[in-house]
Amino acid sequence: MKINFSINNSAKSIEINPSETLYEVLNKCGFSSVKKACGTSSCGICTVLLDGKPIPSCSYLAAKVDQHNITTIEGVQQEAELLGDLMNREGAVQCGFCTPGFLLTIIAMKKELVNPDIQQIKNYLVGNLCRCTGYEGQLRAIRRYMEVGR
Amino acid sequence: MKEVNRSIHKKEGMGLSMGKPAYTDDLVPQNALIIKVLRSPHPYARILNINTEKAEGLDKVKCVLTYKNVPRNIVTRAGQGYPEPSPHDKFVLDEYVRYIGDEVAAVAAEDEETAMLALKLIEVEYEILEPVLDFEKAVDNPSIIHTEEEAHEMFPIGFQPKRNIAAEYHMSFGDMEDTLENCEYVVTETYYTQAQNHTAMETHSCFSYIDIQGRLSIVSSTQTPFHVRRIVAEALGMPINNIRVIKPRIGGGYGGKQALHGELLSSLVTIRTGKPAKLIYSREDVFEASYSRHPMRVVVTIGADREANIKAIDMNILSNTGAYGEHALTVFMVAGSKTLPLYNKADAVHFGGTVVYTNHTPAGAFRGYGAIQGNFALESTIDILAGNIGIDPMEFRAKNMIKEGEGSPIFKIMGEGTEGVDMVMESCKLDFCMKRGLELCGWKQKFPRKQVAANKVRGIGGAIAMQGSGIPAIDMAAATIKLNDGGFFNLMVGATDIGTGSDTILAQIAAEVLDVSTDKIIVYSSDTDLTPFDCGAYASSTTYVSGNAVKNAAIKMKAQIEEIAAEKLGVRAEDVEMIDGVIKAKSRDASITLSDLSTQLYYSHKQKQLMTCESFSGEVSPPPFMAGFAEIEIDTETGKVDLVDYTAIVDCGITINPNLALIQVEGGLVQGIGMTLYEEVKYAESGKLLSNNFMKYNLPTRNEIRKLTVEFAKSYEPTGPHGAKSVGEIGIDTPPAAIANAIYNAIGVRFTKLPITSEDILLALRKKRS
Repeated sequence: MKINFSINNSAKSIEINPSETLYEVLNKCGFSSVKKACGTSSCGICTVLLDGKPIPSCSYLAAKVDQHNITTIEGVQQEAELLGDLMNREGAVQCGFCTPGFLLTIIAMKKELVNPDIQQIKNYLVGNLCRCTGYEGQLRAIRRYMEVGR
Repeated sequence: MKEVNRSIHKKEGMGLSMGKPAYTDDLVPQNALIIKVLRSPHPYARILNINTEKAEGLDKVKCVLTYKNVPRNIVTRAGQGYPEPSPHDKFVLDEYVRYIGDEVAAVAAEDEETAMLALKLIEVEYEILEPVLDFEKAVDNPSIIHTEEEAHEMFPIGFQPKRNIAAEYHMSFGDMEDTLENCEYVVTETYYTQAQNHTAMETHSCFSYIDIQGRLSIVSSTQTPFHVRRIVAEALGMPINNIRVIKPRIGGGYGGKQALHGELLSSLVTIRTGKPAKLIYSREDVFEASYSRHPMRVVVTIGADREANIKAIDMNILSNTGAYGEHALTVFMVAGSKTLPLYNKADAVHFGGTVVYTNHTPAGAFRGYGAIQGNFALESTIDILAGNIGIDPMEFRAKNMIKEGEGSPIFKIMGEGTEGVDMVMESCKLDFCMKRGLELCGWKQKFPRKQVAANKVRGIGGAIAMQGSGIPAIDMAAATIKLNDGGFFNLMVGATDIGTGSDTILAQIAAEVLDVSTDKIIVYSSDTDLTPFDCGAYASSTTYVSGNAVKNAAIKMKAQIEEIAAEKLGVRAEDVEMIDGVIKAKSRDASITLSDLSTQLYYSHKQKQLMTCESFSGEVSPPPFMAGFAEIEIDTETGKVDLVDYTAIVDCGITINPNLALIQVEGGLVQGIGMTLYEEVKYAESGKLLSNNFMKYNLPTRNEIRKLTVEFAKSYEPTGPHGAKSVGEIGIDTPPAAIANAIYNAIGVRFTKLPITSEDILLALRKKRS
């Protein structure tokens, strides 16, 4: 089947298999920044933004993104640079495998939540697992990021 | 110190943040065959017939491997130095399958769909054998797991396959019976730890191809590229010079990527078909068919005299290595060798036990590597004993623990699979770690418990720990430094950055010696064709072992630069010094920049490449130390347990990069906390692993981690590079005992089995009430 959607504001019209997940399709399109780690939408690694909202692409049928807008980290490079720098200041990018999906979720959170407290931040990001950092370094960076532009 | 002890950003941090292709699966050639593995549905069986005709008949299937058409060379996939302390007990594929998930066959097809379909078309007839699923019944079980004649040990490790024993070891000094008899207080307790899974976010991944010279190239998410090269050559019976192993960026390791995973099958597919091939594990594969932490039963007896001096420690272990013996002996030995020296004044010490085969997923290396299992048992028992004596448990520890300038007989007796090395602690700030930790966690106010609401009680508990810094006299690392025109350097290391930031800290170590900024050091790791040897990223070795190699190479490079500069400036080599990229004569006003010198050296003057390569193998393995303090809160109506705060004070010598060291400790703590409270491993009666995905295996999320308080002791290790010791593993060791002690202090129930879930606590509270 054919789907029409946009990736990072660039229109795409592609032939897909109805059973393919969005992760598989993005991978075929060469977006290697989108990674898969669990296949059960439990870890947040494969996160992309669907019309600005984070979704797990490993468990999302590609057919459903027809007429929608998908954002990967390649589509928000300026914001990723700002946030990535804050993360790196804390040493909080370790293996980095979860980083693109995690940064996308944080970027979406900043747009969605107004002045969130620490618990609201944690609740928003709870689906993004990290096995390296122990989360605290990330939180130190996120607190700084949420202050930017306020 | 200009470049070390500075929180320089990780060199690749921004590239990874921006999503640049970097990991194994990002780099696979487009036309690579997809490999899928048919896995055993039985815990123990013999393949009577295997028919692959239908699978091979599919157009897009290019290769099917079974035990009938692969080389039969027995190896260990452990990924250790050579000769390995693990038994050789694994063929690429075998007619026997020894756990649910063991490899039966591999299919390589042009696309994933076809590969999956082909797996279904393979017909296998099994003779089902009686499995050994209870590790306490493994020894001398009528069912023998390794009957193959070829299985062998490389040197004596107590390998007794006919008894289902992969390894056995005993040591002792002093008269245990007599010493215990004279002790005023004696406690014996039995502990059980579970098969924790590493869950690196990047699953085990590799691909292979034949390069333009006709050599086999393997790109693998591995912690040990040089061991992979050696083991692939051995298993496939091919010349080692025809193999190249490249380590790209690694998406987390924690020990799980020390051993080999898909490299053997992928290589064989590529050799057979001439085509690139990739094998990427699913999450279920990682859980069911890679390695996990060795589950152990640890029985500890500690005796103390009337004055609360520890006189005797006896530790007996039964360890479960699963179907294959990767790291069987060494993980078990470390449970003693990296815990018993903590209390170094005991007159009598015994350590011993066996490591058994079972028909479960094999165990392997995992951060903590036995020390965490041993620490849970030892440090829980210390608290019980302190309670019996009536002394504050931390005061009891402080009175008995190892101090700077002291040694322990254990260091010499127990190494990793071999004898150890004698050591005196040149840096040990455990006393400071204890004192500072007690202050920071508010021990005085909080010990042992505080009722904070009608149904909520808080408890506090502590533990101390030690680890090592590489394996002395076994681990070797080398580093090459190359001066480029323009005055910058390449640092080539076999050390494998697996996400820890070791590329950056090794560059800092070189920059400190060469007196240039760290960005002038371009790091490349690691490629068996291009970088010098390094045993790999395990045993907390990179900072200390690889770091010392880098430091040595940099010292040599600096001397060569100064020699050439002196000649250029017309003075003797002793009369110049290189400061901040400029080489100056001390005696007169003459200087040349490193940039000019190197450019002239390569284009116009005395043309000669400067390149140094140095190695390091430790004569000692200075332990990092820490004191950990857990404050927990229990809802006595529901059993729900929350970790309120975890305080950790660490002595890892000088922190080369304080931020990266901090994250190492915080990350280690949370893995230890996960093992203690959340990561439950469940098997069905059939031997099937039930907790085989992230829906069923509970990793701690950011909501479970409320507060971590980490500080570093001021410490300097004279044998370390710029004063550093290791920091990779030490953080993981204390949470099991500290949290179990805190739970006891809160509700008076002693848990001796991990994990300790809220459900366990509720059941225990109910039992206590009734």
